[in-house]
Amino acid sequence: MKAAVHVTLKPGVLDPQGKAIHHSAETLGFEGISDIRQGKYFEIEIVDSISESEARNAVESIARDILANPVIEDYTVEILR
Amino acid sequence: MKFGVVVFPGSNCDHDAYHVVSKHLGQPVDFIWHKETDLSGYDAIIVPGGFSYGDYLRAGALARFSPVMQAIKQFAAEGKFVFGICNGFQILCEAGLLPGALMRNAGLHFICRHVTLKVENGSTPFTCEVDPDKVLSIPIAHAEGNYTCDDETYHRLEENGQIVFRYCDADGSVTPESNPNGARGNIAGICNENRNVLGMMPHPERACEDLLGSSDGREVFLSLNRTIERLAA
Repeated sequence: MKAAVHVTLKPGVLDPQGKAIHHSAETLGFEGISDIRQGKYFEIEIVDSISESEARNAVESIARDILANPVIEDYTVEILR
Repeated sequence: MKFGVVVFPGSNCDHDAYHVVSKHLGQPVDFIWHKETDLSGYDAIIVPGGFSYGDYLRAGALARFSPVMQAIKQFAAEGKFVFGICNGFQILCEAGLLPGALMRNAGLHFICRHVTLKVENGSTPFTCEVDPDKVLSIPIAHAEGNYTCDDETYHRLEENGQIVFRYCDADGSVTPESNPNGARGNIAGICNENRNVLGMMPHPERACEDLLGSSDGREVFLSLNRTIERLAA
């Protein structure tokens, strides 16, 4: 089983890296981009002997306690088949 | 009196802090490897600057899980002094010993230069010996020093006098132009409610000798030294 965790900056938190990427993307000639926000993506492999609900609980706590800083970031957890 | 300087894999200001405590304060000091769990016998622990765990994930995020951090939480809960500088400040925020977080500098650059600091609260254990009217010249060296917190936390910091240092201009005025990294309220350093845990982005340990451009940082270390002496008397 594999879990996917996305960590994104909370709305309103300044993202200077996203802004820099936005400027670079514009130099490629794309117009009409109103905003780019940068986040992080994690893939977590889980052994098959663990149930999906156990895995979800474990990944939720890893996301909350390590992968995201709740002061500035949100996260989502998805269990992939 | 005894000081400890924590060493994580990737710490690189540990020797500077050690030098200041031993040479300028004349106090005994040990390096403490991050696997240590016993801090008995120490009066103050310095969490130094550097790139603990290579700044992987977020600056300070992984150091928080080192065994010594549990001991430091206990140490702080006992009212003993914990002083986080630069990466040390980031670690203390990640560990929940100080509120808020340190984000990427607003201008994206790693900034390494002297800044001027206003002492916003001169009655903390870390600032009691600083001349209250003096503007301190202390260097910064960071890419993630952009302090942020929610509105409620910010108001609480202000009301409780927990904002200890703000970036200011040479005359001591706190202005947007004197803010090097976008930090909320020009915050350069904060303490906890009990005033025994301080975190700051600027490096006072790099400003203790005139030869290095400034000795203003000595006053911060001398304050802590005097506070511990007073408590022991």
